[in-house]
Amino acid sequence: MTVLRRLALPALALLVAACSEQPEPKNEVVVYTSRNDELIKPVFDAYTEQTGVSIRYITDNAGALAARLKAEGEQSPADLLVTVDAGNLWQATQEDLLQSVESTVLEGNVPEHLRDEQGRWFGLTQRARTIVYSTERVQPSELSSYEALADEQWKGRLCLRTSKKVYNQSLVATMIERLGEEEAERVVRGWVDNLATDVFANDNAVMEAIIAGQCDVGIVNTYYFGRLQRDNPQLPLKLFWANQDSSGTHVNISGGGVTRNAPNREAAVALLEWMSKPEAQKLLADGNLEYPASSGVEAAEQVKAWGDFKADDLNVSVAGSRQVEAVKLMDRAGYR
Amino acid sequence: MPVTADRRPDRYLIIAGALALAVLLPVAVLLSAWRGDESETWRHLVDTVLWRLLGHTAWLVIGVGIGVLLLGASLAWLVATQDFPGRRVLDWALLLPLAMPAYVLAFVVVQGLDYAGPVQTALRQWWPGFSGFSARHPLWVIATLSLVFYPYVYMLARLAFLTQGRAVMEQARLLGRGPWAAFFQVALPMARPAIAAGLALALMETLADFGAVSVFNFDTFTTAIYKSWYGLFNLAAAAQLASLLLLFVLLALWLERRGRGRARYGDRGGRPMVAVRSRWAWLMTCYAGLVVVLAFVLPAGRLLYWTLDEVARGLDARFMSLALRTLTLGISAGVLVVGLASVLAWLQRLRPHRLMRALVRTATMGYALPGSVLAVGIVIGFAAIDRQLGQWFGWRQLLVGSLGALFLAYVIRFMAVAFGPVESALERVRPALLDAARTLGAPPLEAARRVLLPMVAPGLITALLLVGIDIMKEMPATLLLRPFGWDTLAVRIYELTAEGEWQRAALPSLALVAVGLLPVYLLVRRLRHS
Repeated sequence: MTVLRRLALPALALLVAACSEQPEPKNEVVVYTSRNDELIKPVFDAYTEQTGVSIRYITDNAGALAARLKAEGEQSPADLLVTVDAGNLWQATQEDLLQSVESTVLEGNVPEHLRDEQGRWFGLTQRARTIVYSTERVQPSELSSYEALADEQWKGRLCLRTSKKVYNQSLVATMIERLGEEEAERVVRGWVDNLATDVFANDNAVMEAIIAGQCDVGIVNTYYFGRLQRDNPQLPLKLFWANQDSSGTHVNISGGGVTRNAPNREAAVALLEWMSKPEAQKLLADGNLEYPASSGVEAAEQVKAWGDFKADDLNVSVAGSRQVEAVKLMDRAGYR
Repeated sequence: MPVTADRRPDRYLIIAGALALAVLLPVAVLLSAWRGDESETWRHLVDTVLWRLLGHTAWLVIGVGIGVLLLGASLAWLVATQDFPGRRVLDWALLLPLAMPAYVLAFVVVQGLDYAGPVQTALRQWWPGFSGFSARHPLWVIATLSLVFYPYVYMLARLAFLTQGRAVMEQARLLGRGPWAAFFQVALPMARPAIAAGLALALMETLADFGAVSVFNFDTFTTAIYKSWYGLFNLAAAAQLASLLLLFVLLALWLERRGRGRARYGDRGGRPMVAVRSRWAWLMTCYAGLVVVLAFVLPAGRLLYWTLDEVARGLDARFMSLALRTLTLGISAGVLVVGLASVLAWLQRLRPHRLMRALVRTATMGYALPGSVLAVGIVIGFAAIDRQLGQWFGWRQLLVGSLGALFLAYVIRFMAVAFGPVESALERVRPALLDAARTLGAPPLEAARRVLLPMVAPGLITALLLVGIDIMKEMPATLLLRPFGWDTLAVRIYELTAEGEWQRAALPSLALVAVGLLPVYLLVRRLRHS
C-alpha cells in the first residue's frame, strides 16, 4: 500500500507529462501572439518554407498572454511575443517580460518612433486611426482635427466606438501627451456631448451607422474602412486625415519583442528581423490592409489610394505610458 | 450524523475536500491579490463607474431572473401538461437555444436591431417619420440573455412537472381548486427545487458573462474586472473584484438553499399527465413557436445568410479538424466533469452533514467566475507548481499549457452544471432500493450496477450533454490554457471577432451551433424516453 502511495505522485506527474507538450527541438520558435491566425499563419508558413525553422504559436488576447508569460517566468516556452498596440508592448516591458535586442537590421528597418528605445519591441505594421465621414452630408472642408470634433457644430452628428477598446485609449493617451490632461479631458467631454447615439462595440458598426444616416462622422482604424471598401467600392464614406496642420494623424502599431526567458533567443531574433524585411512586411501589412512599419516598403494599392498623410511621430510607447491616465480620463468624462 | 464519534479522519470528507481544494486553487490565487494595496484603482472605480456597473448588474440579474423564470417555467408547464398543435416538435425545439453561444446571439441581435440594421432600415422605409430606437437598451440585453439561458429552467422544470404526475393536479382539482390555483398552489411549489436549480445556473452564467454584454457595450461588474486588467493594467485589482463576485455567488447560493428549505425532488412515480387540448391550444403553439424562432431559428438563419459568402473562403480541412477537436474536448472533458460531479453527489449522500455540504457548495461555485479570470488563476497556480517541480527534478514546464490545465478549468467552471442533474438523479433513488438489493444477496458493486446505475443513468447523461455543450462554447479559458495546436471553433470565433469581423465569424459560429446540436439531439431523445 505504501509502495502504491509512493508511486502515485510520480505516476500522476507522468500522466500529466504525457498530456503536455514534449520538449521542443532546437530548430523551432515559439510565438505567443494576439494576431489573427489567418493573418499570421501565411507569414510563418513563408518563413518555415524559406528557412526550415518551424514555428509553433498560440493566439489570445495580449493581456492574457502577458499574464501567462509572467506566470510561467523562466519556464516559459515562448520566444517571441507578437501583438497589436504599443500600449500592450509597453506594458510587457513594465512587467519585465521582454529583453533588449541589438540588431542593425531591425534598427535599420523600423523607424525610431515605432520601436522601444531599449530594443525590447519593434513595430511591424502601422495602424492609422483617423476620421471617417459621410460623403453625402459632410464637406471635407468642415473637418480638421480630432479635437475639432468636440465643437458645437458636430452636436448629435458624431459616432464613436467604446472607450474600452485600446485603440481609443491610445488615441487619448497621445492627446494627453500633446495637449495636457485638462485640455484632453475637455475634448473628450466634447465628443461625449456630441454623440448621436450610444458608443458602439466596434469600428464597423460606427461606419454602418454613418452610412445609415444615424450620424455623420466617426473615428476608425483605416483597415476597417478598407475592408468595407473592398466589399463595396461605392461606399458613401471617405477617410479624412486628421491633424495635418498640427501633430499629424494618430498611428499605432502591431509589433513584437523577444521574451525575457526565450529558450531559443537567436532564432527568435532572426524571425523578428525577417518580419521587418520587405517580403514579410508586405504579407503582414497587406493581409490586413495596414501600413508597413518599414519605411522602404509600399502599402497595398487600395491603401495607397487613400492618399499620403502626415503621421504623428510621437514615440508610440506613449500609448502605454499614458494609457492608465487615458482610461481614467475617459471614465471621468463619461465616455463609455 | 456524528462525525466526531470516529477519531479517524473521514476519507469521504477527504475526497470531497480534495475536489473542493482543486476549485479553490485559482480562487486562492485570486484571494492572494488582496495582499497588495490597489486602493488607487479602487478609488478611481468607486469615484467614476463602479456604482453604475453594480446597478447594471443588479438590473441584469433581476431582469434575466424574471425572464428565464417566465419563459422556462411556463414553457415547461405547457409542454408537460397541455396538448397543442406542434407540441411534439416544440418539446425538443425549445432546447435548441442551448447550442447558441450567448456572445453569438448578442451580436446577431445588436446587428439586426441597430439603426443601420435590417429591421430599423425597413421601418424607416415604410414609415418616414420613424426616428429609431436603441438596440443597446438594457431591455434588449435582458431579453437576449433570457432567450439564451431559459433552457436551463425549461429542461429541469419540464422533468419536474412530468414526474409530478397527474394525480397531484387531479387531487387539487377535486379539492375544489381551479386550474390556475392548482398550478400556483400545488404544481409550481412542487417543482420549485428544479426551477431554482435552473435559475441558479442561468444567473451564475449571467454574472460571469462578458462576451455578450460587451457586444451590447452594457457595462456590468465583469466590465470592471476587465477594465482593471486590460485598461488599467492592474491584474491584482481585477482579481480582487473577481473574488468579490464569488462572494455574491456564495450569498446567492446560500439564499437559494435556505429558500428551498426541506423541499426535495421526489419520484412520485405517478401516471404521466394526459394532456387535454383546450381552446387556447393555438395560442400556446404561437407562444412556444415564437420563442424558438426568436432564440434559434432567426439567429441561425442570419448566421447562415452571412456564411453563404464565406463558405468558399473558410471551409477547408483545418476547419473540419477544428470542429472535430471541439467535439473531442466537449466529450472527454464532459465525461471527466460528470464523473467528478457524481463522486461529489455520492459523497454528499453518504455524509449528508454540514461540512460536506459546504465542501460541495465550494466545488460548484466556479461557474460564476469569468472564464478569463479563472484561467489566469490556474496559470499562476500551475506555474508556481511547475517552478517547484523544475527545481526538484529539472523538468521544464509540465502543467501550464497541458491538457490537464485546460481540463481543470472545465471542471471548475462547469461542475455546477453537472452537479444539479446528477444530484437530483441520485435523490430519486430511494435508499431502501439499494438496501433491498443488498438484502437479496447482491454484493455492493453488483447492487450499484444493477440497481443504481440504470436509475441514475438518465441524470448522468443529461449532465454530460449539458456540460459538453458548455465546454464547446467556452472561449476565454480555452484561449489561454489550450496546448499548442488545440484550437477550437470558439478560438476561431475569438480571432475573427477580436478584429470586429463578426460577419466572417458566422461560419465558425454556425459550425459551433451545428456541433452543439448533436448533444442537444441526444438530450432530446433522452428526455423523450424518460
